[in-house]
Amino acid sequence: MQLDAKIPAGPIQDKWSNYRFDLKLVAPHNRRKFEVIVVGTGLAGAAAAATMGAAGYHVKAFTYHDSTRRAHSIAAQGGINAAKDYHGEGDSIYRLFYDTVKGGDYRSREANVYRLAEVSNAIIDQCVAQGVPFAREYGGLLHNRSFGGAQVSRTFYARGQTGQQLLLGSYQALAKEVGAGTVELHTHAEMLDLVVVDGRAAGIVVRDMETGEIRTHSAHAVILATGGYSNAYYLSTNAMACNGTAAWRAHRKGALFANPSFTQIHPTCIPASDESQSKLTLMSESLRNDGRIWVSKAAGDGRAPGDIPEDERDYYLERRYPAFGNLTPRDVASRAAKVVVDEGKGVGPLRNGVYLDFAEAIGRLGKDVIEARYGNLFEMYERITGDDPYRTPMRIYPAPHYTMGGLWVDYDLMSTIPGLFVAGEANFSDHGANRLGASALMQGLADGYFVLPYTVAGYLAGMLGERPVPTDHPEFEKAAAETRDRLARLLATNGSRTVDWFHRELGKIMIEHCGMARSEEGLRRALAEIPPLREEFHRDVRVLGDNESLNQSLEKAGRVVDFFELAELMCRDALYREESCGGHFRVEHQTPEGEALRNDEDFSHVAAWGWEGEGAEPSLTKEELEFEYVELAQRSYK
Amino acid sequence: MDLTLRVWRQSGPGDKGRFEEYPAKGIDEHMSFLEMLDIVNERLTLEGIEPIAFDHDCREGICGTCGVMVDGRPHGPWEGTATCQLHMRAYSDGDTITIEPWRAKGFPAIKDLVVDRRAFDRIIESGGFISVAAGSAPDANNTPIPQEAAEFAMDAAACIGCGACVAACPNGAAQLFVAAKYSHLSLLPQGQPERWTRAESMVDTMELYFGSCSNHGECEAACPKNISLDFIALLNRDYLRSKWRNRRLAGQKG
Amino acid sequence: MTTTRPTVKRRRLWFLEFYRSAVGKKWVMAVTGIILIGYLLAHMVGNLKMYLGPESINAYGESLRDLGGHLVPRTHLLWIMRIGLVAATALHLHAAITLTFLNWRSRPARYDERHYAAANYASRTMIYGGVIVAAFVVFHLMDLTWGSGGAEFARGLPYENIVHSFERLPVALFYIVANLLLGVHLYHGAWSMFQSIGLNHPRFNQWRRWFAYGIAAVITIGNVSFPIAVQAGIVHLG
Repeated sequence: MQLDAKIPAGPIQDKWSNYRFDLKLVAPHNRRKFEVIVVGTGLAGAAAAATMGAAGYHVKAFTYHDSTRRAHSIAAQGGINAAKDYHGEGDSIYRLFYDTVKGGDYRSREANVYRLAEVSNAIIDQCVAQGVPFAREYGGLLHNRSFGGAQVSRTFYARGQTGQQLLLGSYQALAKEVGAGTVELHTHAEMLDLVVVDGRAAGIVVRDMETGEIRTHSAHAVILATGGYSNAYYLSTNAMACNGTAAWRAHRKGALFANPSFTQIHPTCIPASDESQSKLTLMSESLRNDGRIWVSKAAGDGRAPGDIPEDERDYYLERRYPAFGNLTPRDVASRAAKVVVDEGKGVGPLRNGVYLDFAEAIGRLGKDVIEARYGNLFEMYERITGDDPYRTPMRIYPAPHYTMGGLWVDYDLMSTIPGLFVAGEANFSDHGANRLGASALMQGLADGYFVLPYTVAGYLAGMLGERPVPTDHPEFEKAAAETRDRLARLLATNGSRTVDWFHRELGKIMIEHCGMARSEEGLRRALAEIPPLREEFHRDVRVLGDNESLNQSLEKAGRVVDFFELAELMCRDALYREESCGGHFRVEHQTPEGEALRNDEDFSHVAAWGWEGEGAEPSLTKEELEFEYVELAQRSYK
Repeated sequence: MDLTLRVWRQSGPGDKGRFEEYPAKGIDEHMSFLEMLDIVNERLTLEGIEPIAFDHDCREGICGTCGVMVDGRPHGPWEGTATCQLHMRAYSDGDTITIEPWRAKGFPAIKDLVVDRRAFDRIIESGGFISVAAGSAPDANNTPIPQEAAEFAMDAAACIGCGACVAACPNGAAQLFVAAKYSHLSLLPQGQPERWTRAESMVDTMELYFGSCSNHGECEAACPKNISLDFIALLNRDYLRSKWRNRRLAGQKG
Repeated sequence: MTTTRPTVKRRRLWFLEFYRSAVGKKWVMAVTGIILIGYLLAHMVGNLKMYLGPESINAYGESLRDLGGHLVPRTHLLWIMRIGLVAATALHLHAAITLTFLNWRSRPARYDERHYAAANYASRTMIYGGVIVAAFVVFHLMDLTWGSGGAEFARGLPYENIVHSFERLPVALFYIVANLLLGVHLYHGAWSMFQSIGLNHPRFNQWRRWFAYGIAAVITIGNVSFPIAVQAGIVHLG
């Protein structure tokens, strides 16, 4: 297969506006003739559904939650980037673009990233107009703060709840359209398969989670905005229900999956406290603005943090990266934490964390200022751990958080299946091998509000006069029957282990071998361990209850099935990529100082994997990355 | 620690429901309340008993999915805390914990501890938004908003839509939820053009599902985000104004 | 582009439309509550004149009929006030009863266990206290306005009528209990009405609670003092 990213010609500053001009339009009176399915109603999905609904298309939106306001976008704390340069620091669209490509360790597509930076300002305008209560200065103008990987303050925020406020903005926009009848909303409806007819995305198979009914829906185009797959690690900062099923089912139907091994381990999470831990809680990266990260210089130091004198502390980020200090990008900060913990310098009862200390900031700015900035985060930390961060330093440790990899998409955000568009975290497009802080919200909203409405229209324009494939088409019936069988098999197995047990075991393999540091040996071991575990799952899983009522075990079992296959592909991709870049760190490829060593000669490409059937090796297709504007260099945050 | 759970089990909307007792043995004080339920569920599964259905998702106290009545208190004993953030430190060995679903006409039962809170969305759909088409917004700094006003709006916007206010209200009223969203939007300059239609339509839609507010204050006490009753006062005031205001003059001050 | 605006169909006169809603009914309850509180306060203060002796209170009673002086025919203003009072009471009751039924319907299932954190005895017994107080008012009117309460009664001589009535211990006790319930009712009502009509300002919010305490205390203490004074012989005939 040949991958055509459809990157427009011309100077990077003009690509998007020229491309938009060249895209075909659908006249207002024709829009209602087109049906569009949007799966997932987080930032990207809700924004796309609301915008296309308002534009006049017939939109059907699906979410497995009871309400579209529950999507995990809501948990983003820190903020959203934009190149407004409201504070005269020399920021610009070009600089945001440059920082993002560099931050992604030169594994993203220049044209996409530039477009992202270009529309970032319109996102802030849109959100403010929607009533997002961003933080403001006393003069009433918008306030910004700085975030990891940037030397300017370009992050807009709403306390520690930016994701919540942005999601509520798009949720409300979507609610308005639902109320107006332009968007047909299906809640507690989980997509379990994609239907492809004559090589085009024709619709989806959905399970009603309250009645178990399997329904099929058809449309002219399908948009997946179904988030990332960090839960392949079991313990992650993702919400419990986040899963890769929609994307994986699309992959099995022919959509290529790009860079699955590019996962982000977020440096500031609360360390696990015991085996029963069900998820990890993130503490906003913004804490690194004022907190200082340290461990004792001595391994196995059992003293309380207050008893360790200043000169026996190792502020390792400030020491290793004096220019960026505690604000180094996430991948760098995470790896540095792993290094010190592996050296036995970890803190806390399980020695699985490092300190994030606010004593100096409280001394300099006063407790009130710190409380105003991070009060709700401190409270949350205290509720979870029982420790008061105003008095003792927080303990933090990296945790899986975001997946840069995802379904491969072209400049239109269309996958390799025509008519299947992928937005937000579910696609692979903009963050390369590492995402910068406050860029996920930016990308989700950019895709939903400012990219898809144009590019999907461009696709639909060519289908004027065509009806969607009727759902009694054999392909729909086949997909629905297969889905029913799959569910019936899960319920019939009645083995001896719970779904969670299998998920936990998978997670242990993944975090051990495909986490912050990966080696050929470990990855091969993971690839040897996952298939037997998957087979054991199919043989020995126990899912009680029936299909005909709410059955959370059944829902979860279906998701874990897909995680097994996805996890295997993640390991395969990690093994294939013989270099270290961004969140992907292969121990065989590092500089003498332990920094990531890229191999631009052989791996300056997107690795897009194709499904070749169960048990068969996936096929690999490469999209070469060309850098015309950003100069490839070893990332240095010293 | 070893605990006993008294849990509401209800197989579906048509079932009458009943309490069942389950042991929760060997619970660690560092666990969250929902992790404790996870463990009980895993054991139930192995014993052949269908696990307890309960709503939950982010487990960070922000998505608003979780929420049960714990020993007669919405979200349990900790003030300003969603169920997922409640930790087992709050309990000691030998305790019996009663867990019930939210109970209100506006929240029909789905299964066990899961109820249907979609009435909230119907209210938002009726007017809980500011209409602005993508791409049509003016520059974000065109309208300065005094910091205190933005912060006050944010206090209201912090609502997570969990439904604890309805669950707590002896009248099954949703005034705090509606007031929070109404106030968030109506305290901001951007929310003014639709202010009076919003007040009218949100209240009227609310009343299709929920009871009336008699100012008990239970909602405020149960709210995991500590949303204030002050917003209810604002909603009530604006509802009357929405009925008599001459909206053709709404562009004017006052 | 589809432009939509939330619309609410107007079906009746705006005030009736408003009263159809629960929020509107709460407004009506608050406004009628204010009228009733004003009346209760005036009634109690007027009755204090009995401590000044029969002449004082009997003259006060007479002067109520003369309200408006020579501007209006005698007792007309009093009748207007009475009608207003009856209307306020009727609206207050109607709204209360319809809202109570609505609220019962809205919470059909009870919790097995429930610990209230903010709701108190007063707020949860508004309807019961209110209904008992209403029943008491009917008896009170029969007893001291219409003279059909069973005690010796003479129109125009309130002092004597009060003493005759309160000399009966059961009546005095009923009066005291009803007024204590009224106090509980006012304790929540006088605070709640601020919320219902949206009178809310950081400068005076803390005073709303004190206002409710004050109103409830003053009216209750004043009213309860009358039967006690009669029973104790402080207020007596001759």
